[in-house]
Amino acid sequence: MAKGPILAKAPAKASEGSALAQAKRYKASQDELLRFYRDMLLIRRFEERAGQLYGLGFIGGFCHLYIGQEAVAVGLQSALTPGKDSVITGYRDHGHMLAYGIDPKVIMAELTGRAAGISLGKGGSMHMFSTEHRFYGGHGIVGAQVPLGTGLAFGHKYSGDGGVCMAYFGDGAANQGQVYEAFNMAALWKLPIIFVIENNGYAMGTKVDRSSAETDFHLRGTAFRIPGIQVNGMDVLEVRGAANVAVDYVRGGNGPLLMELKTYRYRGHSMSDPAKYRSREEVQDVREKSDAIEAVKRDLAAVGVDEEALKAIDKEIRQIVAEAADFAESSPEPAPHELYTDVLVGTY
Amino acid sequence: MAIELKMPALSPTMEEGTLAKWLVKTGDVVKSGDILAEIETDKATMEFEAVDEGTIAEILVPEGSEGVRVGTVIATITGEGDAGAPAAKAPAPVPVPPPASPRPAPPASAAPEAPSGGPTAKMTVREALRDAMAEEMRADDRVFVMGEEVAEYQGAYKVTQGLLEEFGPRRVIDTPITEYGFAGIGTGAAMGGLRPIVEFMTFNFAMQAIDHIINSAAKTNYMSGGQMRCPIVFRGPNGAASRVGAQHSQNYAPWYASVPGLIVIAPYDAADAKGLLRAAIQSPDPVVFLENELVYGRSFEVPVGDIVLPIGKARTVRAGTDVTIVSYSIGVGLSLEAAEQLASEGIDAEVIDLRTLRPLDKTAVLESLARTNRMVVVEEGWPTCSIATEIIAICMEDGFDDLDAPVARVCDEDVPLPYAANLEKLAIVDVPRIVAAVRRTCNR
Repeated sequence: MAKGPILAKAPAKASEGSALAQAKRYKASQDELLRFYRDMLLIRRFEERAGQLYGLGFIGGFCHLYIGQEAVAVGLQSALTPGKDSVITGYRDHGHMLAYGIDPKVIMAELTGRAAGISLGKGGSMHMFSTEHRFYGGHGIVGAQVPLGTGLAFGHKYSGDGGVCMAYFGDGAANQGQVYEAFNMAALWKLPIIFVIENNGYAMGTKVDRSSAETDFHLRGTAFRIPGIQVNGMDVLEVRGAANVAVDYVRGGNGPLLMELKTYRYRGHSMSDPAKYRSREEVQDVREKSDAIEAVKRDLAAVGVDEEALKAIDKEIRQIVAEAADFAESSPEPAPHELYTDVLVGTY
Repeated sequence: MAIELKMPALSPTMEEGTLAKWLVKTGDVVKSGDILAEIETDKATMEFEAVDEGTIAEILVPEGSEGVRVGTVIATITGEGDAGAPAAKAPAPVPVPPPASPRPAPPASAAPEAPSGGPTAKMTVREALRDAMAEEMRADDRVFVMGEEVAEYQGAYKVTQGLLEEFGPRRVIDTPITEYGFAGIGTGAAMGGLRPIVEFMTFNFAMQAIDHIINSAAKTNYMSGGQMRCPIVFRGPNGAASRVGAQHSQNYAPWYASVPGLIVIAPYDAADAKGLLRAAIQSPDPVVFLENELVYGRSFEVPVGDIVLPIGKARTVRAGTDVTIVSYSIGVGLSLEAAEQLASEGIDAEVIDLRTLRPLDKTAVLESLARTNRMVVVEEGWPTCSIATEIIAICMEDGFDDLDAPVARVCDEDVPLPYAANLEKLAIVDVPRIVAAVRRTCNR
């Protein structure tokens, strides 16, 4: 994993480069550290439970878990202003929703396809939205969220609302052509968008060096003069430190910025992934040496937070997740007439 | 030997133009590359350059002449070898024919539904579309237009002419050539609350962007349980133009009309173009608005003032009793022509313009069928899995007892559109084929 943010070799301008180079590991207060711990743990426990519910047949179709990548969504989104800044992502979206404070119950109920789900049970794991939180999905077509997010950023600029868009995509999506179409226009029109590449090392089953001619993804914007920073995505404080710099840069009207977050997913690409493309040892090695939640625990210990306090949080999170699961299992399915609702808004 | 200078075709669809200005006069010596004249098409003013060298012998069409047909001899040049020799007898000036297009605007149809009986003004479809956008942009700051060449170039087909001047670059946005990208940006902007109009230079290029139209724009409201809307208009010319070959000549109406979550509109005349484009921009749903390049320059009477027409409603453009011809877009003009010809043979055809293809006005189709008991569907597009087959299915399912004959379809031939003029003509639906199909359907 990278040590500290690494600046793209060819930033748009030296002055911008130097500002971006100042990204440092965030100095969190004890409360903030506890908050990060809590939010990351919520994602992990939520996803573990989602995996169980999938195994029990409560969740169908595709279900992509975020376990291992928690520090990315939590660190980045903690730097945003909810209700003002927008977030959009791909199909691995549960973690980003939880990090934006969306109720775990309605997310889990969507996973089980129930009427109380955030999309009334009609979207499923990959298609969830909360316009109230300015969370715009949840998109199942790999890479589509990048132009869509650029459109959200266009909206921020057009309406002058001061917001920025954070658009997440993976190392796999980073090879889609539409990503570069969006880069070009975002840079051309100086749109307020942070492109976030979550590089977890594998596009489904294909390791990055088997799919990507340039594996330093933070350099992928240089052809469009979009500066990039590479960040250790397994350290929530490094992520947050870089996010602060990124948000300031983009909100300051300097145009888009690209962040590459080096991270790792512990589970398969989806629930049906046998994960034959990597060894158990590789996964175990990351878990033991680089786990983001364990890292925060160490930071908390260093500022004197004792085990008891963490246990209390663990207990609270288990309770929240258990309630979400109960809710999702016991809520009724959508009424049959919902089949025909929401196709169009207007009546014609 | 004098060289004839002929009125040039300056675009694939140009049939005539205005000889705006001569920049040379009789006796001038010209060489290759000199600008001889300025010629106005309905899209642009173009400079006409000399290719041959010599002396202008005679100017046959004076400047300011309108409706000069392509191919008309407008001047003659004597080459160097002829110098000093008496000017070859120039061909007699070709009289400028009246501006009759090979597909003349059909006879006046029933007045549009909007303010009936009120004052109207003659307007091209192109102007009607532009006015619709301008009126909606004046009324709502969230409306903006983006696409290739929509701003400074004034529109590849001049549909956005003047919008940049009135609304400025914030709201009239030239994009790079990047359909997938800007269709996605427009869709994202709509999800965020704006009301984009995305122009495709032609819908053939929207193939690059169809993922955002279908997967991102059409499905989001449903997938979000009604939470996230996408009020966007994708518009541009659709269908065969003229001699532009297979990749630029396709009717996508059946593709989009098969997708739940989309509204699909394909108007024919200027009043419908205006009233339905305004309705499309106001709609809270994603709309695919299919125009036709060959119709852009046709003029129609358009009601003066505010016209917003209902989406999802067909229109009877010619009342008749013997047979119903159902069509949309450019097919409506052909159907009206065919109906006039059929009338002279004693067949009284009703012509229905579907106008909206999704949701389709089944009621209008079935009510007409119940009156005439015979139906022919006319579509400038492929026959297989078409709007025509959909209409036929509707008649089978819900109008079977009203049918006195099988419903016929008159479509383009089931081949990629060829370039050669004769083959292209053979491939595309035309009046004689419609007339023949109607006669068969009426057992005549």
